[in-house]
Amino acid sequence: MAGIKSLEELKALRDKYKENIIGRDTSDSENKIRISVGMATCGIASGARDTINAIIDEVSKEKLTNVVVVQSGCLGYCYAEPTVEVRVPGKEPVLYGNINAERGREIIKKHIKNGEIQKDWIIERTFKNI
Amino acid sequence: MPNYRMNLLVCGGTGCKASGSSEVVEVFEKEIEKAGLKNEIQVIVTGCFGFCEKGPIVKVTPDNVFYVEVNPEKAVRIINEHIIKGRIVEEYLYKEPVTKEALPEQSDMPFYKKQIRIALRNCGFIDPENIYEYIAVDGYQALGKVLSEMTPEEVIEEVKKSGLRGRGGGGFSTGLKWEMTKKSKSNQKYVICNADEGDPGAFMDRSILEGDPHTVLEAMAICGYCIGANKGYIYIRAEYPLAIQRLRIAIKQAYELGLLGSNILGSNFSFDIDLKYGAGAFICGEETALINSIEGGRGEPTVKPPFPAQKGLWKKPTNINNVETFANICPIILKGADWFNSIGTEKSKGTKVFALAGKINNVGLVEVPMGLTLREIIYDLGGGIKGGKKFKAVQTGGPSGGCIPKEHLDTPIDYDNLTKIGSMMGSGGMIVMDEDDCMVNIAKFYLEFTCDESCGRCTPCRVGNMRMLEILKEITEGRGTMEHLEELKELGQIIKDTALCGLGQTSPNPVLSTMNFFWDEYVAHVKDKTCPAGVCTALLKYYILPEKCVGCTACAKVCPTNAISGEVRKTHVIDREKCIKCGACMATCRFNAITRR
Repeated sequence: MAGIKSLEELKALRDKYKENIIGRDTSDSENKIRISVGMATCGIASGARDTINAIIDEVSKEKLTNVVVVQSGCLGYCYAEPTVEVRVPGKEPVLYGNINAERGREIIKKHIKNGEIQKDWIIERTFKNI
Repeated sequence: MPNYRMNLLVCGGTGCKASGSSEVVEVFEKEIEKAGLKNEIQVIVTGCFGFCEKGPIVKVTPDNVFYVEVNPEKAVRIINEHIIKGRIVEEYLYKEPVTKEALPEQSDMPFYKKQIRIALRNCGFIDPENIYEYIAVDGYQALGKVLSEMTPEEVIEEVKKSGLRGRGGGGFSTGLKWEMTKKSKSNQKYVICNADEGDPGAFMDRSILEGDPHTVLEAMAICGYCIGANKGYIYIRAEYPLAIQRLRIAIKQAYELGLLGSNILGSNFSFDIDLKYGAGAFICGEETALINSIEGGRGEPTVKPPFPAQKGLWKKPTNINNVETFANICPIILKGADWFNSIGTEKSKGTKVFALAGKINNVGLVEVPMGLTLREIIYDLGGGIKGGKKFKAVQTGGPSGGCIPKEHLDTPIDYDNLTKIGSMMGSGGMIVMDEDDCMVNIAKFYLEFTCDESCGRCTPCRVGNMRMLEILKEITEGRGTMEHLEELKELGQIIKDTALCGLGQTSPNPVLSTMNFFWDEYVAHVKDKTCPAGVCTALLKYYILPEKCVGCTACAKVCPTNAISGEVRKTHVIDREKCIKCGACMATCRFNAITRR
């Protein structure tokens, strides 16, 4: 380990390692955008792991600190796996189907960053939560 | 650096380690490896979460799910269900004791709801053995800010303005202490961190050192910069092996990165830190005795003045602060004095960490803003009294403190209020007692502790406390008189007025405060020769209730002295001459036919 010679170096080091901490910070979680990827057997078999990793990679590349990426269980849309649900606080959740890694990145770039919902990938919600 | 999508934060504090968290970590790592998720899921061993009652604790982020009492089998299931398939394992969540509802998120738990974490901010969040984790949460930024942008006077002014008071017990203004040491002229000065945590049931300093050692190192360096010292010692008791180990790692890493040593962060300020081990003598938490101990002398206090700020270690000006005090410094520097002094009461600013112990449901560590009431801490955070029993008293301030009865449960807690009701803040131990605790016996317990720990230097403490203990023994064994009670009061007052150091001056507090609040119990022991709580064995008598006894002979068979006689299916009787009050009959009886009073 090389010594740190100045406050600037220390700050650079902090920013580098901060990425590792972001996912752990659960404070204020109710005000963050929550992206959940369906990671049940069917989801994993259809490549949900690639999707979630691509999404996380994109989130950290774009330095989005207001986004939480989690996995969820099976939603019942096995025909449309991998599924990705985007919950922006105060808005209706949006459910996407057939999201591969490439599309996962697009969702971050377009929906999360610019607020453009990707209508073509939305699947019909067939249930209500009571 | 791999981009982890999930973190498993496993508590590695002494409490959770003792309940097996190391094995849980092993299982997690093995299972994650097996599932091929090593580059996606990260296991981090953190410091104490404070919820020791339900350890080992595992927190899953970013999902913010809080699992309690995790063992290796549960760990396998958590990996298979939650981590691989995204299904929360409901059975392992914390259940609200009243509604039995499972609460997945940490923030839902009443235990955490009223807490504000400043000193414990990184405990349970970062890996204490990795300096980069500390750096990622603004670690050493306060030191950097101080060295590059502030003069020592400005820093001291900020600390003074924050209203921070010593968290070790005395409650002296930290900023003033720094200023006094700064003003003393000398070619050499020292900073000492007092980590000789000795109050029975208190473990907040240990948890800070185990969970966030760097914050103490950083604050010590800041203090050194302010007062003009380039050398610091941490005086820590040898009974804290895990804290010592983590401190050693932290010091080594800080040196490697040039955050300790010479010319820190390119400035001309240099600071070194060494560890000094104490042998676990309670008196060595007193600052002058601590200094004697570091110098290699006997751990005995000396008369103040001169204060350590004038003549301390090796007769040089020395600033001594407690661990928790230091843990508050960096946030004050980074967030400002106004942020800090907006929390708390008029004269007690910020937060205080309390160690909850005794007859309370949620044994553990909490950090709350000053001014919360005892009731909120004991019932809301602590979850109330074990087994639904009645609250009797809470002991604060350790052997120097006092017992607070239920009339004062709504007192907002701060330094001055606790002193007003005959107790003290102390280091923050809180031992809760229920209806089954005898207050005379509790006073005796604390006095036994002080007698053991008295260094013997001054007569009031050495002889006076021993006489008080003898009187208490007489009382609990049924030979007490009303004159004894008067003598206790008088002796206690004399010791308070004449003892040399803080230990002696406060040692009668547990006796005096229980006499003040629980006078009836003392009188019952003396006049009626009974112990209302049923604790003092010498005063107990066992009775068989004729209306409940069915004559099953179980008690007669179990009695070791054959003190119980009676025919089958007829009421039995106890021969009090033979009875040794062991309680075996009462434990055996299935009809609740035996009582003691």
